[in-house]
Amino acid sequence: MEGLIHSIETFGTVDGPGTRYVVFVKGCPMRCKYCHNPDTWEAVGATKMTPDEILKDYEGYKEFYKKGGLTVTGGEPLVQIDFLIELFEKAKEKGIHTCLDTSGIMFRRNNPELLAKYERLMKVTDLIMLDIKHIDPKEHLELTKQPCDNIFDFLKFLDEQEKEIWIRHVVVPGITLVPEYLKRLGTFLAHFRHIKALDVLPYHDMGKTKYEQMGIDYVLKDTPPATKAQAIEARTTIIDAMREERKKMQMEHDLD
Amino acid sequence: MLLKMDALETDSWDGFVGGKWQKEVEVRDFIQRNYTPYEGDDSFLAGPTQDTKDLWQMVLDLSKKEREAGGVLDMDTKVVSTLTSHQAGYLDKSKEKIVGFQTDKPFKRGMNVYGGIRMAMKACEDNGYKVDPEIVEFFTTHRKTHNAGVFDVYDDEIRRCRTNHIITGLPDAYGRGRIIGDYRRVALYGIDFLIEDKKIQKESFGTVYTDDVIRGKEEIAEQIRALQELKKMASFYGIDISKPAKNVQEAIQFLYFGYLGAVKEQNGAAMSLGRTSTFLDIYAERDLKNGTFTEEQIQEFVDHFVMKLRCVKFARTPEYNSIFAGDPVWVTESLGGMGVDGRTLVTKMSFRYLNTLDNLGTAPEPNLTVLWSTRLPINWKQYCAKMSIKSSSIQYENDDLMRPVHGDDYGIACCVSSMRIGKDMQFFGARANLAKCLLYAINGGVDECTGVQVAPKYRPITSEYLDYDEVMEKFDDMMEWLAKVYVSALNIIHYMHDKYAYERIQMALHDRDVKRYFATGLAGLSVVADSLSAIKYAKVKCIRNEQGIVTSYETEGDFPKYGNNDDRVDKIAASLVSTFMHKLRKHHVYRNGFPTMSILTITSNVTYGKNTGDTPCGRKHGEPFAPGANPMHRRDTHGAIASLSSVAKLPYMDSQDGISNTFSIIPGALGKEDQVFAGDLDVDLKL
Repeated sequence: MEGLIHSIETFGTVDGPGTRYVVFVKGCPMRCKYCHNPDTWEAVGATKMTPDEILKDYEGYKEFYKKGGLTVTGGEPLVQIDFLIELFEKAKEKGIHTCLDTSGIMFRRNNPELLAKYERLMKVTDLIMLDIKHIDPKEHLELTKQPCDNIFDFLKFLDEQEKEIWIRHVVVPGITLVPEYLKRLGTFLAHFRHIKALDVLPYHDMGKTKYEQMGIDYVLKDTPPATKAQAIEARTTIIDAMREERKKMQMEHDLD
Repeated sequence: MLLKMDALETDSWDGFVGGKWQKEVEVRDFIQRNYTPYEGDDSFLAGPTQDTKDLWQMVLDLSKKEREAGGVLDMDTKVVSTLTSHQAGYLDKSKEKIVGFQTDKPFKRGMNVYGGIRMAMKACEDNGYKVDPEIVEFFTTHRKTHNAGVFDVYDDEIRRCRTNHIITGLPDAYGRGRIIGDYRRVALYGIDFLIEDKKIQKESFGTVYTDDVIRGKEEIAEQIRALQELKKMASFYGIDISKPAKNVQEAIQFLYFGYLGAVKEQNGAAMSLGRTSTFLDIYAERDLKNGTFTEEQIQEFVDHFVMKLRCVKFARTPEYNSIFAGDPVWVTESLGGMGVDGRTLVTKMSFRYLNTLDNLGTAPEPNLTVLWSTRLPINWKQYCAKMSIKSSSIQYENDDLMRPVHGDDYGIACCVSSMRIGKDMQFFGARANLAKCLLYAINGGVDECTGVQVAPKYRPITSEYLDYDEVMEKFDDMMEWLAKVYVSALNIIHYMHDKYAYERIQMALHDRDVKRYFATGLAGLSVVADSLSAIKYAKVKCIRNEQGIVTSYETEGDFPKYGNNDDRVDKIAASLVSTFMHKLRKHHVYRNGFPTMSILTITSNVTYGKNTGDTPCGRKHGEPFAPGANPMHRRDTHGAIASLSSVAKLPYMDSQDGISNTFSIIPGALGKEDQVFAGDLDVDLKL
């Protein structure tokens, strides 16, 4: 089946380990205020490509991806889960490292048919990069126009599946770059044993021009970009809270 | 006279493995028998000494003064620069471990007139100086220059091509450069041995005095004279270079004197150094072993050597600087690479050269060029990557592509021109503007900017919309014409350069029978490839002015663009390269040269853009071309690897003088910085 593709980046260096072939898909139900790819929100104008076409293109560059692999990001890849399953299953047949960059917004545990698809997909996914947009449910809704409960449940599901998870979190001054929220995030993440990395990204406004070109109002126009130092500090805050919580969990475990 | 010279009696070679190199000038043989490949990391490197810091500060102060003075601090207007024209010059004699400037003081530019007296006068005048009238008179009336010779022969057609910028940057008024003397020979053998060798070479021409033999003998006589002068030049600094160098400091010094002689004699378009680091490492290893010098001292010699290379300066005009974007000398030094026997040619000295970027700070000169192979030692690769990110000053070339052609003792002149050191030379030939050639094909040889009939009156295209087959047919004819007139101009230029501005000292550091690459160049490849793709896959409408000349294009619909690994257009680009090279090969070339072509405008792509009208790809008059073989700006939309893959399809054997691709990337886009991001969370959590 065909996927709705926004673009291909052949030299991806920030979307998973090594140098990667990155597929940007089109279509996303989230409307994150800081999104720097608003041109991937709607599925219109997408290029249609089959998994075979993508993998054939990938093969042409495979020398460069010896320590990398294939990443699908977007947009929200899980909107096209059937396409994704086919792509990753075929990629795994070729021994390609697969990475999925997702917000987890499409996950529904109460739909058995869908859940089976997720389980099938997990069998051919080596690494999940999960974006946690905001730890506070109300703020999450405000920031992304979507609730967070399914996302958090998806994290639980991934942990149960014993999948390697990398967490990504964008720190936006005044929105997520708030000590209380960072601590709460750390406390929450401490409960998932398969999180292997934490990527804290400073908010930047480089997507601004895209909004202007597309004629969409850029809500964060008065918000300053976060600095690298702020991101490092935020990461420390999150990790300190994780450590604190893990210690507490250990003690409770010992008491039992 | 004996045919073979006896091995030199010298204790300077003690500790070296002997061989063929002792009996004849054969530097590669010396290297192969004696060098020590290094696969370790950069932890052995030494920082700058106090003397290095002091001297470099003096250079920085002089650079500042030079900038404040408008670009030139001092120029010689009375003495023509030759090997022996100036007495010794120093920054601070007590601190300099490697000595020698082009004139009697640092930052004072010498006067090179043999390329052309008018250019020398203009270079002075534009910088507020005036050449001594006696010199002007002498080089106008009594002694002809290269430039005067060329213009005696140029015909109207060649002149039109120059003034209308379809052939540009021709070395007809300045030194052609691009010749690399094997400066290592000065260190390994000393001047006396080299002179003896040259005498035998001269003798070997025999006594049947054909034109070639007469010229050959005269040239070698000049070479011998230049070697003698080089010895004298060194003696101004109290250094005797008649015998082989005894240690690494002397080896660097002797080698540098060879290079210094070249830049005193020639203001060439590129004055490259060659491939010296692994050669010098042999001396460094011997000195380390014998306890002659410490690592810190050896690094100091290298730092001072590189400092001198950074101070090489020429008198040039603002026009020259606009073509070449700045005031480049192209002191290219080729580092690393692999040997044909599978051993790496990376040595500790390769690391020491790159270490100068830390010790002296980053700079465009010398143009440190890493010969890259997939099989290079991982530690070297990592060090190169680290220094590239730090300095943005390292150039990379594909050793795996060039080694099969040249072996493992070649170097790069300028930015991409490869040649075997001391065995090949090059006739530099600037570039033909292929984008303009396409426009001439459409307009029947009339220049779209000037309205002048430059090429013959071929039938122009008269239809409203461009038809691919029709354009290709006319373009083929126009390329045929361009190739002929281009080669003709170059034949004249190199004849006159040899006659009036012969590179005596550089050629003295070559074998008798050199291979002469007859280098040509092509500009605007991606403009033409995209334009032809637009004509083929979209609809291109011609907009004509009142004279009926097409001056603009309207392109309807999308088309494949070069730089996206799309064969539909990449094949057009590759075929353009082969086609033009094929046409160049049809012509007689001066001195049985071997025609080659480069795809290279690292610096002059802006100037080309200014002088080329609208093109069918959608580029407007004045918009810069892409540099070298790069895809046009922002038209490669699939990331760097796709973009590079398009470039990699260009046929090397039809562009053997080199294919350049300028790659810019912000460090953040090369991957995550470990401070913000770490893969192993358990370590961070320290549970």
